[in-house]
Amino acid sequence: MKSFTYERVETPAAATAAFAKTKGARFIAGGTNLLDLMKLEIETPAHLIDVSRLALDTIEPTTDGGLRIGAMVRNTDLAADARVRRDYGLLSRALVAGASGQLRNKATTAGNLLQRTRCPYFYDTNMPCNKRKPGSGCAAIGGFSRLHAIVGASDACIATHPSDMAVAMRALDAWVETVDGAGKTRSVPVADFYRAPGKTPHLDTVLAPGELITAVTLPKPVGGTHIYQKVRDRASYAFALISVAAVVQKDGSGRVALGGVGYKPWRIEAAEAELPRGAKAVTAKLLAGAKPSHENAYKLPLVERTLAGVLAQARG
Amino acid sequence: MQTPGDLDFSRRGVLAGGASVAAVTVVPTRASAAPTKAATAPPTAKVAFEVNGTPHALELDTRTSLLDVLREQLQLTGTKKGCDHGQCGACTVIVDGRRINSCLTLAVMHDGDKIITIEGLGTPDKMHPMQDAFVEHDGYQCGYCTPGQICSAVAVLDEIKAGIPSHVTADLTKAPKVTASELRERMSGNICRCGAYSNIIDAMTDVAGVKA
Repeated sequence: MKSFTYERVETPAAATAAFAKTKGARFIAGGTNLLDLMKLEIETPAHLIDVSRLALDTIEPTTDGGLRIGAMVRNTDLAADARVRRDYGLLSRALVAGASGQLRNKATTAGNLLQRTRCPYFYDTNMPCNKRKPGSGCAAIGGFSRLHAIVGASDACIATHPSDMAVAMRALDAWVETVDGAGKTRSVPVADFYRAPGKTPHLDTVLAPGELITAVTLPKPVGGTHIYQKVRDRASYAFALISVAAVVQKDGSGRVALGGVGYKPWRIEAAEAELPRGAKAVTAKLLAGAKPSHENAYKLPLVERTLAGVLAQARG
Repeated sequence: MQTPGDLDFSRRGVLAGGASVAAVTVVPTRASAAPTKAATAPPTAKVAFEVNGTPHALELDTRTSLLDVLREQLQLTGTKKGCDHGQCGACTVIVDGRRINSCLTLAVMHDGDKIITIEGLGTPDKMHPMQDAFVEHDGYQCGYCTPGQICSAVAVLDEIKAGIPSHVTADLTKAPKVTASELRERMSGNICRCGAYSNIIDAMTDVAGVKA
């Protein structure tokens, strides 16, 4: 690991000010992803700003009947919150489908959104990777690509986003609240939070350098049956091959978002109009234009069959 | 009772001695190969925390993981380094009542925290009920993952008691129960290459006082 200087801050303003002051700074909260990557020298910050003790660790009701989840709320606490379990079961289900108990005890809401990809070539510093080293190439294209994206990829990168939580957040129309160095706040829908890889796959999100996530907000509950179905190589503690997040209403309408298929949680609202016609019709629209590799074409039928199972379960 | 240090010639002593001998022969080569690097000392930071009820005030290289402090500075070698990447759970300790991977957290971020390691759960004379149950049910073979398994197991029962749901909890609105499937799911962050899993579940259900 490269050496770095360290400071702990008490307020978001102090965090963004510290970032502006120091070259090569990064925020650290749970650290479960950043430290892993620092050990491999994939991330090499010169200065760490510890934001883990910011007073952003509460879940509060919003005036429009939703919830405002502080950036530092731990994954365990978010999954266990009684309001989340009752009104946003999808989110609770997605959280407990991810990682291990130990990791969920450390991982934060903001950090979960900001996880880097788990593409094995991103992790292997002996291999080219445009996300890790812009311009070096993509070893996954033509390589072992069983786990990779089937939609939204580019000639530069076919990595997927690994978060389960983000898939539920997308289906629930969550917003990401941030503050920048000038104290300016903004709110970005999760739908627009992740950047398409294009020619710049090293940029995962629309956050500007030094912009700090302060909260994630959920609109008022939408009711319905909430199901998060994750398909993985082992029963627990593995990243998704694909996952289906669904909210299904009694009249058969609903929402569907997918994990494990692209650089972001994959949801196309127009595809949801097909829900009464079943999983095949929804999948056809949702994955229209999919470009699977020779190794991950299995994800197309896997999505359709998993969604069919989810819809059957929702019907009871 | 045997305590570390009772033996004049422990396995650990031999290993440490061997390593220092090797280091002596290596040092001159290293120094001549990179004379400039040694000039700048790595940045340090101060931290104070409690381990198994004992307060410690330390100044550490900022890169030091909590795991490395426990093992290398405080000589609490019960906590094990397996993968060092948060994948195996051998380094599991309990910080402020919650189990975490000590390899994936910086020691300097734990100012004021209360840390419990396997040495703090029980002693050879007065074992924690979970330690007793692991012995009773043969919840290990080689034993390397065992301290992490036991710390995790103790925390898992607390998590169920606190009503924290898991992936296999059928009804999110009801309190989870101690069942074999709940324990298996919640223990998935602790890998045992010997495959003592079923006996570990037996030990945990014994401590929980239920038939899983």
